[in-house]
Amino acid sequence: MPKSSSVKALAEPGRLSVRKTYKLYIGGAFPRSESGRTYLVDGDNVALASRKDARDAVLAARAAQPKWAGATAYNRGQVLYRIAEMMEARRAEFTALGVRSSEVAAAVDRWVWYAGWSDKIAQVAGGANPVAGPFFNISAPEPTGVVALVAPASLLGLVSVIAPAIVTGNTVVVLAAGPQVAITLAEVLATSDVPGGVVNLLTGRYAETAPWLASHDDVNAIDLTGVDHPDVAAELERAAAGTLKRVIRPVTGGVDFTADPGLRPMTALLETKTVWHPKGY
Amino acid sequence: MFEYAPAPESRSVVDVAGSYGLFIDGAFDGGKDGNVFKTVNPATEEVLAEVAAAGPEDVDRAVAAARRAFGPWSALPGAERAKYLFRIARIIQERSRELAVLESLDNGKPIKESRDVDLPLVAAHFFYYAGWADKLAYAGFGPDPRPIGVAGQVIPWNFPLLMLAWKIAPALATGNTVVLKPAETTPLSALFFADVCRQAELPPGVVNIVTGAGDTGAYLVQHPDVNKVAFTGSTEVGREIARAVAGTGKRLTLELGGKAANIVFDDAPIDQAVEGIVNGIFFNQGHVCCAGSRLLVQESVADELLASLKRRMATLRVGDPLDKNTDIGAINSAAQLARITELSEIGASEGAERWSPECALPDRGFWFAPTIFTGVTQAHRIAREEIFGPVLSVLTFRTPEEAVAKANNTPYGLSAGIWTEKGSRILAVADKLRAGVVWANTFNKFDPASPFGGYKESGYGREGGRHGLEAYLA
Repeated sequence: MPKSSSVKALAEPGRLSVRKTYKLYIGGAFPRSESGRTYLVDGDNVALASRKDARDAVLAARAAQPKWAGATAYNRGQVLYRIAEMMEARRAEFTALGVRSSEVAAAVDRWVWYAGWSDKIAQVAGGANPVAGPFFNISAPEPTGVVALVAPASLLGLVSVIAPAIVTGNTVVVLAAGPQVAITLAEVLATSDVPGGVVNLLTGRYAETAPWLASHDDVNAIDLTGVDHPDVAAELERAAAGTLKRVIRPVTGGVDFTADPGLRPMTALLETKTVWHPKGY
Repeated sequence: MFEYAPAPESRSVVDVAGSYGLFIDGAFDGGKDGNVFKTVNPATEEVLAEVAAAGPEDVDRAVAAARRAFGPWSALPGAERAKYLFRIARIIQERSRELAVLESLDNGKPIKESRDVDLPLVAAHFFYYAGWADKLAYAGFGPDPRPIGVAGQVIPWNFPLLMLAWKIAPALATGNTVVLKPAETTPLSALFFADVCRQAELPPGVVNIVTGAGDTGAYLVQHPDVNKVAFTGSTEVGREIARAVAGTGKRLTLELGGKAANIVFDDAPIDQAVEGIVNGIFFNQGHVCCAGSRLLVQESVADELLASLKRRMATLRVGDPLDKNTDIGAINSAAQLARITELSEIGASEGAERWSPECALPDRGFWFAPTIFTGVTQAHRIAREEIFGPVLSVLTFRTPEEAVAKANNTPYGLSAGIWTEKGSRILAVADKLRAGVVWANTFNKFDPASPFGGYKESGYGREGGRHGLEAYLA
C-alpha cells in the first residue's frame, strides 16, 4: 500500500482516498523533476531528481541567501520557531508515515532548540579580541553561503542537519533519503514563513546528484552526514576540494541525533569575520 | 507646523476591570487585609482601577508559593522551561495591541512608543531568554549552572511591562521562581501579565505578582526566604536595598539612576544629532534612567546645533497618549511632576537660561513641556541630579579630553552618547567613558541580545544578553 494513503485514522468507509503526489521542493514551489522520472518507494511514485534539478536548486538557494542572511537573527529565530509550531500540528502525518511519535516530538523540539540559537551563536562563537594596540577588534560569525546536505534517512536526522545550517543564514540544497517524510517536512516548511529557496529538497539517489553538488562552483559547503559508504564520501570530499568547500564528514557508526547537538553543526557552516578599527581622538 | 487631525487609538481594545487582586500561586485574591490603592490615568486623572495592597502576610504567601514552585520548576528540563517562555512570548505578541493601550493608559506614555517600542521589546525579551533555557551550559558560566532560588524583584513605573520582562524572562529561563512587585502607579500591565501566565499554563507559583507601595517592596527584598533581589529604580532606594541585603548572603543586582552625557562633536551631522538628542531626552517624557539628560556640545557648533534643536522641539506634539501622533505623553504622577517642576525652578534660579517651545498643555492630567536649559555649569543641580523628565541641560566643551572629563563628572554611569563622523574618535571616547552603555550616532537603543546596566552609582549587574543570565545563576 502506498505510504501516501496510509493515514488510516482519516479513512472513510466506502470512500476512495485522495493520494498525495510526491514532488521536489525548489524555490518555495513543488515541481516535478525536470527529467520526468519517478521511482517507486513503498508504493508511491516519488520524483527522481536529476543533475539539472540539483543545479536549479542551487540557483534558488543562491538567490535566497543574501536576503535570508540579511534578516535579523531575531527574525530567523521566529521563522524557525514557526516551523516547530507548524510541525507540531502535523505530527500525525509523520507518524502515519511510520516515524515513531517520540522521534517526531524530538524533531519538533530540535527546531525550537535551534530557533533559540539564532541570536545567541554570535555571542558564544564571537567576541571582542584584546589585541596589543589601540584598536577595536571584534570577531563575528557569518554564514558560509549555500550548503549542500546529503541528509540522513531519519526525520530527526533530517531536521538535525537542516536546522543548524539555516539558522545562521545559510541556504541549503538537501538530498533527502526518506522521500515521503522529507517532502512532508517540505510541506511544513512551505507553510512556515520560510522564504522560498532557503530550503530546497530533492528526492532521488544521492549517488547520482551529490557529485554534481560536490563539484558545483556556487556551493560553499557540503554536509556528507547521510553518506553511508566511506569510499563515496571520500570521492565527494575530493570533488569538493576543487572549490575548497567546507566539508562535514560522515561519522563512523552514525550520529546519535537524540544527544545534545553541541555547537559543531552550526560552527562548521560559519565563517568568522574579524573587523579592526583604530581608536584615537 | 502642519495641523494634525486627532488619530486616537481605540480604548475599547482593552477591558480594565474595576478592581484587581494579587497574583499568588496561580490565582488572584484580594489580599489578607483588604487594603487597596487606586491607579489613575495620568493623562486624565481618571481612576482606572482599585488594586490590592499586599501586606507582609501576602508577601509571605507569595514567597512561600514561589518556594514550593522552585523545586519542580528548576527540575524541569531546560527545553520544557523554554517552551513555556516561548508560549508567553507568543501570547504577548498576540495581545500586544491590548497591552500597548493598557500601558499607555496606566503610564501616560505615547501609544506610538508603547506600540512600537515597549511591546515588541517585551515579546522579544521573552523569546530571547526562552532560547537560553536549554543552552545554559553554553553561556560561559560553567558546565552545569544552577538557579539561585526565589527571586524578589521590584520594578519602576517608566517601562512597566518591559522592566517586568527584563526581570522575569532571565529568572525563569535559568530555573528560578519569582515574586515581582510592580510600581504603585503602574500595576496594571503586571496583573495582565499574570493572566498571560495563566493562558500559557505556567505552573502556579512560578510567577507571583504582589502590588503595593514602597513598604511592600521593602518587605519583599528583606524577606528571609528570598535568595536573589533585583531592583530597578532610584539610586536612593538602591542604596537602602544594598544596606538591607548586606550580611544576608542574598544575591543583588541594581539598575539605578543616570545622568547621561550626550556628546556632540563639531563634525557630527547636525540634523541626525538633533534627532538623537530629542530621542535621548524626550523619549518616554524623559522618564528613562539612561536618558541623554546632559547635552555636551562642542563650542564651535553649539549655536548652530541649539538653533536646530529648538526648531525641532517646536514640532513635538505633547498631549493625549492614545493619539498616534503624540510625541510626548503625560508625566506619570503628580509627585513626579512636582519633582520635575521643582528642579526646573532651581535650574532657573541657579542662573541657567530656560527655554520651551510654545506648547498648549491639556487642562487635566500631569504635563510638562519639553524644556532645555542653556548656560548650565557642572555645579548646577540640573547638571548633577537626575530629573527624570523632559528637561535637557546643555553644556559646552572645546576638546575631546574636556568632553570626557565632563561626561564622567557624575556619580552616575549608566549610559552615554557620542556624535561624530570619525570612527576612531567614537572608540577612543567610548573607552574613556565610565558608563555601561555607549551609543554612537544613535541613542536609546535596546535589544534583548544587548546587555544593559551601569557603572558607579547607577548600579551593578547587567540585564539582557548572555551577560544577563549571570545574575540568576548560582
